Order: sequence, then C-alpha cells, then structure tokens
Amino acid sequence: MDALVNKRIKEVLKGDQNAFAEIVELYQDKLYRVCFRMLGNKHEAEDIAQEAFVRAFINIHTFDTKRKFSTWLYRIGTNLCIDRIRKKKPDYYLDAEVSGTEGLNMYSQIAASEELPEDQVMKMEMQDRVQYEISRLPDKYRAVIVLKYMEDLPLQEISEILEMPLGTVKTRIHRGREALRKQLSNM
Amino acid sequence: MNKCPEQIVHYMHEYLDGDISGEHEQELKTHLASCPSCQQHMHELSKVAAFVQSASHISAPNGFVEGVTARLPKETSKVGMKRWFHSHPLLTAAALFMILMSASLFSSFNEDQHFSFTKQPNLVVEGEKVIVPAGEIVIGDLVVKNGDLQIDGEVDGNVTVINGQYMASTANVTGEIEEINQVFDWLWYKIKAGAKDVASLVDGKEDK
Repeated sequence: MDALVNKRIKEVLKGDQNAFAEIVELYQDKLYRVCFRMLGNKHEAEDIAQEAFVRAFINIHTFDTKRKFSTWLYRIGTNLCIDRIRKKKPDYYLDAEVSGTEGLNMYSQIAASEELPEDQVMKMEMQDRVQYEISRLPDKYRAVIVLKYMEDLPLQEISEILEMPLGTVKTRIHRGREALRKQLSNM
Repeated sequence: MNKCPEQIVHYMHEYLDGDISGEHEQELKTHLASCPSCQQHMHELSKVAAFVQSASHISAPNGFVEGVTARLPKETSKVGMKRWFHSHPLLTAAALFMILMSASLFSSFNEDQHFSFTKQPNLVVEGEKVIVPAGEIVIGDLVVKNGDLQIDGEVDGNVTVINGQYMASTANVTGEIEEINQVFDWLWYKIKAGAKDVASLVDGKEDK
C-alpha cells in the first residue's frame, strides 16, 4: 500500500491530478470517519475532509515519503477539525465546570426543562449515543479518543499525528476515558 | 474508597492501554481482588472502550472524490500539455517543426544585419542608400536589406525594403512595394517568399 501511495505521490509531484484522485479514493473513508467522529456532523465532516485532501495536495511537496502517508493526512485532518471546533465554540459549554466548584457543571445552572437531558439521551439510538458522548468531550480529549478507539491507531502514531509527546497522549486518553466513564455512569 | 492507593487508577489506564509492567499489573490485580469500588471503576472504564468501539464504521459519502478534485487548484499547464502531447503525437511533431523553423528564421533575421541589395547595372549607392537615378529604368525586382532606397527613376518590377526606409519622389514602380521593419513582417515575407518559390517550382515543372 505504501509503495503504491509513494508512486502516486511522485506522479502528483509532477502535477498529475489524476494520480491524486486515486490517493483520495484510498483514504477517503478513513479521513471522513475521523472528521465525522470529531465534528458530529455529516456536512461539516465532508467539507473538512475534502479541505484536508486539498491541503494535502497543495502541500504534497512537504511530505516525507519515508514516513507514513496516513499519519500525515490524519494530522492535516485533525488540525482542521480542531480549528473548526474552536471556531464554533460557544461562550459557555454546558459541560464546563463552574469555577470554584467541583463536579458542578453548567447543566446544574440551568432550570430543568420538561425532560431531563439524561432521559432524552436514553431514548437515543446506540449509534447516536456514541456520537453524542464523543461530542461532549472537550476537543483535546476527543481527538485522542477518536484516533485510539475508533481508528484503533497505536499510541505512537497518535503522538505523531497530533504532534505531542507520547506521555501527553497517554494522559489525554486517561482523562478522556475518565470523562466518558462519568458521562456513561447513568447507563 | 479513600484508602485506595492513587496509582491504582493510573494502573487501570496503563492496563487498558496495554503498556502496563508486570509489577504494576500484579499490584493492580491484588488490589482489585480486594476492593469492590475499584473493581467497579475498572469495569466502567472497560465499558467505555467497548462503548466507543461499538460505533459503526461509516464511509465517505458518494461523490466525495469528485468533490475533492473539483476543489483542487487548476492543474499546471505542464502536465496538461504533456497529456495533450501524448494524445496528439502528429500535431506535436508539426508544432515542434514549426517552432524550430521559426527559430531559424528569427536567427537569420538577426544575423542578417549587413547592408545588401539586388545587383542591377544602373543603380547608384551612397553609403547605405541605394538610388535609382532619374531617367534610369531598372528592369526586374529590387530588394534592399538594411539600407534605404530612393527611387527617382523607374523600376519595372517589385520593390522590397527590409530594415530600411523607402523614399520615392516621382517614383514609378510597376510591381508591389513592400517595406519590412518588424520581425513578424520579416517572417511573413520569408513564408511568402518560400511559397512563391514552391509555386514557381511547380509552375516550372508544369511548363516543362
């Protein structure tokens, strides 16, 4: 696979767009999946994943063919996702802890509506539930959890994709896992 | 629960990441065996992993690749040309021939900077100026290169001035008068001359 991809990359470097279309074909599902899990929205995921491929094409000359192409591509994709998440971040996150309290989040600050959030959550389909819980994670934990559990990537590769030390990746996975544990404790 | 060593939770995560040392694993196992609350914690954490992994594998929507290619910057002309050459070898050869031909013509235009003119018996030359004196009749075509031409008499034929000026007072020229000062005019003239040569060749053959 890597040999084929490197051959295609060489063709792309000569400016051949048809060769790039083949690369997109090979990686579209992987990249789209990661974007979708991180953004939780099909249209946004498609937009960002396509944008990631366009950026990869434009910057293909900076790719070191001795390295893994998927790692490089994931890096472009996750960076774009994180940027997108931060841009649309509201001023208040319901999940954010209220300063000066422990374990009290913004949910506790709003008056209960007819139906408690948990009850609504219980009615969700399992698939939607997974996506919902992922989207409630803070973005720095979201990326590692998506890459670790949904794409089954080794920790070393995650550290390369996110350009952070292995120790940081581990810490974030631990915290992300704890956060999910708390979110799921009512299941 | 408070009595549980802090590192136990850390070991749980190490265990789940699959990079726990034998020593830590042993410690974790003995602790879990004796502590129901940590057992519960461990169970919940394993459930998290199973839960997240239960997400179905989705694939990119239809038309994803086309969407990407539509958003790519325009292909460099280099490759487009290369592909065009591959699909039109004959035209490529013709184009190449034309390029080489015109290159040789350009160079001949540049090299040909010296003053010259068609030899005719009754012409007068002053510096770089050819004069057809008054009262004289030049029979045949007259070409002046890199010099001026002044006609006071008569020319019975075509007159061509290349890279120079044509001056006539009461000139009487029976044929065409041409003044060429530009490279493209020069090219056009060469091509026409070539065509005329070919035509006369064909005519000559036919005459025979």
